[in-house]
Amino acid sequence: MLKLLNGFVVELRNAGLPVSLTENLDAMEAVQHIPIEDREAFKYALGATLIKNHAHWRSFDTVFEVYFSLRGPEYKIGDGDGDSDIDEMWREMQEQQQNADGNGGQGGMDGMTPEEIAQMLMQALMNGDQGMMRAMAKQSVQRFAGMEPGRPVGGTYYLYRTLRNLDLDSMLEKMMDQSRQEAPDDLTTLEERLEKEEYSDRIEKFKGEIEAEIRRRLVADRGAEAMAKTLRKPLPEDVEFMHASRDEMVSLKKSLQPLTRKLAARLARKRKHGRKGPLDFRSTVRHSLSYGGVPAEPQFKYPRPSKPELMVIADISGSVAAFARFTLMLVYAISGQFSKVRSFVFIDGLDEVTDYFKATEDISEAIHRVNTEADVVWVDGHSDYGHAFEVFWNKYGKDITPKTTVLLLGDARNNYHASQSWVVKEIQQKARHVYWLNPEPKSYWNTGDSIVGEYGTFTDGVYECRNLRQLEGFVEKLA
Amino acid sequence: MTSTEINGGDRFESVQSIRDALKEVSYLADDGIASVAFLADKLGKPVLVEGPAGTGKTQLAKSIAEITGSKLIRLQCYEGLDESKALYEWNYKKQLLRIQTERGDNTEDWTDIQDDIFSDEFLLTRPLLEAITSEEPVVLLIDEVDRVEVETEALLLEILSDYQVSIPELGTITAKQIPLVFLTSNNTRELSEALKRRCLYLHVDYPELDREREIVLAKVPNITASLADQVARVVRSIRQLDLKKAPSVSETLDWARTLMILNIDTIDEKIAKETLNILLKYQTDIAKATKELSVDD
Repeated sequence: MLKLLNGFVVELRNAGLPVSLTENLDAMEAVQHIPIEDREAFKYALGATLIKNHAHWRSFDTVFEVYFSLRGPEYKIGDGDGDSDIDEMWREMQEQQQNADGNGGQGGMDGMTPEEIAQMLMQALMNGDQGMMRAMAKQSVQRFAGMEPGRPVGGTYYLYRTLRNLDLDSMLEKMMDQSRQEAPDDLTTLEERLEKEEYSDRIEKFKGEIEAEIRRRLVADRGAEAMAKTLRKPLPEDVEFMHASRDEMVSLKKSLQPLTRKLAARLARKRKHGRKGPLDFRSTVRHSLSYGGVPAEPQFKYPRPSKPELMVIADISGSVAAFARFTLMLVYAISGQFSKVRSFVFIDGLDEVTDYFKATEDISEAIHRVNTEADVVWVDGHSDYGHAFEVFWNKYGKDITPKTTVLLLGDARNNYHASQSWVVKEIQQKARHVYWLNPEPKSYWNTGDSIVGEYGTFTDGVYECRNLRQLEGFVEKLA
Repeated sequence: MTSTEINGGDRFESVQSIRDALKEVSYLADDGIASVAFLADKLGKPVLVEGPAGTGKTQLAKSIAEITGSKLIRLQCYEGLDESKALYEWNYKKQLLRIQTERGDNTEDWTDIQDDIFSDEFLLTRPLLEAITSEEPVVLLIDEVDRVEVETEALLLEILSDYQVSIPELGTITAKQIPLVFLTSNNTRELSEALKRRCLYLHVDYPELDREREIVLAKVPNITASLADQVARVVRSIRQLDLKKAPSVSETLDWARTLMILNIDTIDEKIAKETLNILLKYQTDIAKATKELSVDD
């Protein structure tokens, strides 16, 4: 048990979760009170002692499933207490089927046609029958995934194969049809929406079951350590903007909101936390009047750091679009910390998008409008930093004041166009600060058509912003 | 009710017994909540409860106090909270008075007076000190701990890890019994590592569909099962939208109660739209939800 837990903690650390020694000890003590047989409680016990940040829960969950899905007695529980129920239900289902079809004598699920399986699955999903769904998941994996021991393919491959055979997308439609038929009168749109959500929720759960089943089998085949390694996923704040998958994007978006809230609170506190400045002579004399000319109450000048004015100029061409989106979201979410924010987006043409953000309170809607409505294509829709900067300078260059901080976002991959880096130089001379944020890893800078170095010489700093953590760090420094 | 032993460590028999006991006081705990509460008691460690507003974090502490028959001592945190409000304070007026009375007759030595004025008699206990000096079992609730400054957090560390308070003039006061401590946080800022390390961590999220339905059934008197089901489902549907502030459990309950008052037994679109303002508190959110609910996708 001790060894198992140790391995588990090591794996958590490998996955990037900070687990301290005391937390480890707590976990050891905690598991003495909670029997491992009570899987859910056991999991929460470990979670409560080891994980102190909700964003890390997903990673924890994965590692837990890998480590504790097979080992020791809990394997039996994993399907043990389910099995009897399932068997029973199984028989029931078969009886029903026999009664319905009248074609007795099929030998368990192996003898069933895919249509029959689909039919059963649909039944299970319609009824929301947990045990049945789990049994179905098991059977489908067995039948469709075609898993072979020792074959070096990832779990996603098997998942894909299983899901392809089950065709869950059309399942949703079929289920909706059936519930429409079953309803006494027509479903209202609200009811329909609710039904649909209920079903897609169940289908999601079913997918989860399949995934878990595949994982269990893979762990049995390869061992927990190897599996944990392949399943290791970066934490949301470490996901790279440029290579985020769709799921990762969603979780990024989710973690952006609490992050901005925290950032705003921290910055507001920083501003408020004004230390006493030098003596304010005028004010002291004025206040001394109420004490008959005795300066009994010294007054101080409180430093009031001015809020910077911000101009964001972002490349929104394909590869860096996600990065630009996140930066704009973050900047606007804390726009209270700046006296003014103006934003421009470009690919090879440039357009101001400040109004989109002003028009609505909803940042994601504004971002959506930026992506669809902004006029950013000049010739061919390939990044041309030089031309975009030139347009910016001619149109908006006069608006830059010594109070302005200019943020340039992009990978500076200019497709070998002219760089027009004199614009950046001019901006630097007029503005308070010019920063360049590059979502590419530092080692890629200035390779191929990237000319970030050329622009960089005229800025006050080029920062690598590959993930939320780096972005957050930069914005905090900025405000 | 479960046993009310004074010694920390065996207030509950098992995870399940907590769940059952909580259910009796109509707090429906899920596996996570029940097992963490169980562990908190067994290990004698504080619990840091985090999660969106209105998901029953504070209520958890209250309910635990109720089922264990303990006294609930609550410390509401705010910006600018200091040790004189949280820990203890010397009752200086009384001290002054004492010194004044002594001045008349010079029989007593100065050191005697000094010892005297820094004694229990002149100590005003504040929630934290009160919690550990109490003879009877106590549940200590430190509410919205994320509101205090990082520096003030350090005040809590001694009491959270060792259940003791050091007072320079008196020495260290250790707890007579180990209280169950709950800290709640709305996560407006990252709490310090030192604090987190000393606590068990519990994240309370919006409940699952089934649990929310149970909660509505338990908390709203006379509600029919079908209406509770509809309420839970509509709320889940709304929570899936990308909103500024998703409806919390307390707002769900408010909504269910409103529907009861209006004598509504089935929710249709019209009613849902008309009463949305109970669930959602931002105009943009309401507009968005109205749009979403009426569009047939």
